[in-house]
Amino acid sequence: MTTVTSDLAPDAPRPEVIRRHGVVVRITHWINVVVISLLLMSGLNIFNAHPRLYWGQAGADFDRPWLELTIDTAGGGARGVAHIGGADITTTGLLGLSRGPDGHWQIQGFPSWATLPARRDLATARRWHFFLAWLFVINGAAYWLIGLAGGHLRRDIAPTRRDLAPRNLWRSIVDHLRLKHPVGEEAKRYNVLQKLAYLAVIALLLPAMVLTGLTLSPGVDAAIPQLTTLFGGRQSARAIHFITANLIVLFVIVHLVEVVLAGAWNEIRSMITGRYVVPMEKHG
Amino acid sequence: MTVASRRGLLGAGLGGLLLSGCDRLTNTPSFQSFIGHGQDLTFHAQRLLLSGQPLAREFKASDISRVFKANGSQSPTSDTYQALLADNFASWRLMVDGLVAAPMSFSLAELKAMPSRTQITRHDCVEGWSAIGGWTGVPLAEVLRRVGLAPDARYLVFHCADNLGGAGDAGLYYESIDLFDAFHPQTILAYAMNGAPLPVAHGAPLRLRVERQLGYKQAKYVMRIEATDRLDRTHGGRGGFWEDRGYEWYAGI
Repeated sequence: MTTVTSDLAPDAPRPEVIRRHGVVVRITHWINVVVISLLLMSGLNIFNAHPRLYWGQAGADFDRPWLELTIDTAGGGARGVAHIGGADITTTGLLGLSRGPDGHWQIQGFPSWATLPARRDLATARRWHFFLAWLFVINGAAYWLIGLAGGHLRRDIAPTRRDLAPRNLWRSIVDHLRLKHPVGEEAKRYNVLQKLAYLAVIALLLPAMVLTGLTLSPGVDAAIPQLTTLFGGRQSARAIHFITANLIVLFVIVHLVEVVLAGAWNEIRSMITGRYVVPMEKHG
Repeated sequence: MTVASRRGLLGAGLGGLLLSGCDRLTNTPSFQSFIGHGQDLTFHAQRLLLSGQPLAREFKASDISRVFKANGSQSPTSDTYQALLADNFASWRLMVDGLVAAPMSFSLAELKAMPSRTQITRHDCVEGWSAIGGWTGVPLAEVLRRVGLAPDARYLVFHCADNLGGAGDAGLYYESIDLFDAFHPQTILAYAMNGAPLPVAHGAPLRLRVERQLGYKQAKYVMRIEATDRLDRTHGGRGGFWEDRGYEWYAGI
């Protein structure tokens, strides 16, 4: 017979382990990690075929873009520039002018390391993008259907009246700014800012990506012209598709920072196996 | 090294592996054709969506782009084309043959004497830009009615005068559509743009307008229309100049 010895003090509370995320949330989450990353990268390759954005129905070389990634050759050498509205930002090495897959300088909107494929190849990028778009839509539809039927959306995502009380909202904002993460019972569910952020992503940003993407299709425009009207024209839809993609990247950055702050290993494990060690109040 | 940073490195390493793996997969023909199935799904989904044959959006004259970007060939260099251009296409004839009851050829004047349609539509390039232009031409259905399609005809191939891919037969531009699009009311053979004769940069004397698809389907400098039951015997076998260079045959997306 063996004796199990614990290095915990006899009166120390045992860490509580719960099942944090359901299996559907975990699977759809990781599919999204892969699919959205590759959608973004193939999307940047497609963008590079015409690295300019316009408002309205039409826009081409002779029209005024509100965003353009290009080069400026004034004064002899070339520098990469991003024109956004009236601003002109030097972005050599990143936007407009950067090194290609062969290491040589190349005039391209986004750099090769960020695009799929790395080389400039619109046909292949489109093939990737539309293949992944189907996976994205199927994955998203599964998440929504099962989330609605199984109660995940109502139980975990929809903010309650108490969540939205101004005092609670304010407390959550202050906690986030002080990088203070909930412990004990409160750590077992999402806080209100977390719920609102997730809700904005699953109900607004991700559906907006699908709808603006569909609007770019001349076939869909003929079948459902209301979409183009909704987004203010095809080039506006293309611009909103781009802006929304940027907002998703912004969300992912904040999300990853929060994961690290909340305890990366515990958080990541809870999204893979579901096992989550509830953080406890620090003593002493 | 702490456990956490080792895990971080592992994660970054896996991410890098995934991305370089994707590029390698991209170069594998079998994988290319696998992700191409997404395009088949898109084609069938759009055909279902378009089964009522809705019209592409049409615009007002005031919406017409100030400058309509001319893409691809701007002026075919072949002696044949230059000779036709020199006499203002008076001796140009559109040949319509292949799987038809009666092969026929039409002069520009004959096409202009047929019923016409004018439409102001948005031209969407695969690169991402759009321009709005007005097109006048004879509905393709009118021409097909005159020659009479054979029952086994499935596609129409548009043979063009421009050598976008370099000299010789292999560099000739061509495109193809199926009968679903061929008989759509907005599918026209345009001889005028914005109320004036079609400029050379935009495909004089005759170009295809197949609205609801991207710019590369809008073949310019059309010389001959061939009705056929298969595309794999023409040029690169994928149904069009850009299709032979990796782009999708169905360009509704």
